[in-house]
Amino acid sequence: MKKNHYSRRSLLKTGAAVAAATAFPAPMIWAQDIKNVTLRQFGTGVSNLNEVAAKVKEDLGFTLEMTALDSDAVTQRAATQPNSFDIADIEYWICKKVWPTGNLQAMDVSKIKNYDKIVGIFRNGKLTPESVIAQGTAPHTVGFTSGPGGKDFAKEETGWMTLIPTIYNADTLGIRPDLIKRPIESWTELLNPEFKGKASILDISSIGIMDAAMVCEAMGEIKYGDKGNMTREEIDKTMAIFTEAKRAGQFRSFWKTFDESVNLMASGEVVIQSMWSPAITAVKSRGIDCVYQPLKEGYRSWGGGIGLSKALSGIQLDAAYEYINWYLSGWVGGFLMRQGYYSAVPETSKEHMSENEWGYWFEGKPATDTITNPQGQAMAKAGDLRDGGSFYERMGHVACWNAVMDENQYMVRKWNEFIAA
Amino acid sequence: MERLLKSRHLSGWLLASPLVVVLFFFLILPIVMITVVSFWTATEFSIVPAFSLENYEFLFGSDVTYRVFLNTAKYAAITWVFTLGIGFTIAYFLAFHIRSTGWQTALFLLCTIPFWTSNIIRMISWIPFLGRNGIANSTLMAWGVIDQPLDWLLFSDFSVILAFVHLYTLFMVVPIFNTMMRIDRSLLEAANDAGATGWQTLWNVIIPLCKPGIMIGTIFVVTMVMGDFITVRFMSGSQSANVGRLISNDIALLQYPSAAATSVVLLATVLITIAIFLRFVDIRKEL
Repeated sequence: MKKNHYSRRSLLKTGAAVAAATAFPAPMIWAQDIKNVTLRQFGTGVSNLNEVAAKVKEDLGFTLEMTALDSDAVTQRAATQPNSFDIADIEYWICKKVWPTGNLQAMDVSKIKNYDKIVGIFRNGKLTPESVIAQGTAPHTVGFTSGPGGKDFAKEETGWMTLIPTIYNADTLGIRPDLIKRPIESWTELLNPEFKGKASILDISSIGIMDAAMVCEAMGEIKYGDKGNMTREEIDKTMAIFTEAKRAGQFRSFWKTFDESVNLMASGEVVIQSMWSPAITAVKSRGIDCVYQPLKEGYRSWGGGIGLSKALSGIQLDAAYEYINWYLSGWVGGFLMRQGYYSAVPETSKEHMSENEWGYWFEGKPATDTITNPQGQAMAKAGDLRDGGSFYERMGHVACWNAVMDENQYMVRKWNEFIAA
Repeated sequence: MERLLKSRHLSGWLLASPLVVVLFFFLILPIVMITVVSFWTATEFSIVPAFSLENYEFLFGSDVTYRVFLNTAKYAAITWVFTLGIGFTIAYFLAFHIRSTGWQTALFLLCTIPFWTSNIIRMISWIPFLGRNGIANSTLMAWGVIDQPLDWLLFSDFSVILAFVHLYTLFMVVPIFNTMMRIDRSLLEAANDAGATGWQTLWNVIIPLCKPGIMIGTIFVVTMVMGDFITVRFMSGSQSANVGRLISNDIALLQYPSAAATSVVLLATVLITIAIFLRFVDIRKEL
């Protein structure tokens, strides 16, 4: 009801409010109105955090409703039901599928206060001027469009962004150092017969195939043109190597959910497997030694961002920009960094973290005191180092970004065959 | 008007109509929908109404389908053998060896206690038990039976079938127990008087009279095993596939038409299987 009320009167009321807001720089004039705004955000569980919604209410006054879905459902909804959401919290590879449908609107970077401080990965693709751009759907390749109303992707910074980056990380293999008892340096170890019956890989085709490709490439078996966009032949070869390993009993189990990966690792059923950063934390918080092992071939990385529904306008659109500016202003960044993720504007997050936290999470320095997660649980003690080191060390060694392939449907069928083999 | 209301046909139909309506909306209509959708095509985001045999062509053209159906049949067959063996024995014990009705009821209720918790919890609780460092392995090692943990206890066909047998044996016990209780005890005495041994009575009197119960239990177990996907996924560590998992994978990837086509084939397979079972025993006649 509230929504209709706004859209019906938006021409009169919001028009006036915006005019007023531009005439008088202080947004106080519509401060009462914005309290009645509700923004509906949906996305994957990663960043749909209740703490964020509560803080939005406190800091900005309006209501943020969050819905968490799995990434397939997120893609479908963003592509097919533009009126069911105001803000889409999606990954960059999902953006590659969804943006051409025209359901999201381009964002004017001149309204984004901290735009200049956003990490290079999301702007020109380069973390540092010397960086080499990784394979797969690198965020900057789908981060800009030609202008308002654009459905294309622009090669350079145009001033119109498709998604505002929010959260990202570099993924690798998790290991149990207490059970392996020797250094692990390469992705090839996943298929090392030494770990027969003690390895695992995730059963989510789009990500699992990337991990598989990292392994095959490291073994020197396959040279990929682009691991993020394989040819049918490359898919066949990759799956053949993994099917053979599966039949030989290399894998103990596959996992599909976060909890499964934690249990496999914590129970010692598996000693080496593809894993996500918070899962490592969960294993560690049970007092079990677990390392997010940096590997010489590099990381498989992913990034998420928020996009605005094309249906957003008037005061709701203003509220959405307000939300984005707030998101990048540091509090959320600090919150995310304390969970092992990275923020798009690290320097603003610094103000919301202690020197010890910043040193541990971002700079890769030894902790000077106990490190706790946002829920207050101890994660590391004084003297501990973050696996993989500093931000530049980790994000500088990305080999491949999560991606969607042209041969996606073929790949999915092959993956199903692998599971059934 | 009065004559019309008194007509046997009309009142019969009126009495049956609530069930007809319920079955039409919640059984017939969904199955028709699934069948219709199975001929549609899908893109990555949407399903497109069409009349295409593509889904079926892919299904019957892939050897994965045959392997998976075979695997499903294998699980159903092995589970059936074990649930029948265990279920029949339990029912026999309850029906013929426990004399007092009070004890019979008490022990029968005891069998149902595990059903007070969820199916999935009962299944998942096997995982820590059978794991490499689980109770089963550590006990066997402590007894000196084995030196190395047995890996095949978990995430294998063994664990899948173990979980199935554990979950579904009661569905065998109940109908068999029910038919056994209705066997006229004088028949057993007659067999005894005629000089039959215990085994002969069992084989020639009790089993034939239990056939409807066995058949009802069989239908329960076979249909549940063939339609399952979650037990296979958890207990095999996602490493084995049955038809239910093919369908659930398709749904997760938004390939609804393909999932619908697989469902139709599965439904047909299950119906044919049941039709074959019913050739052996006429449940209605013998109930």
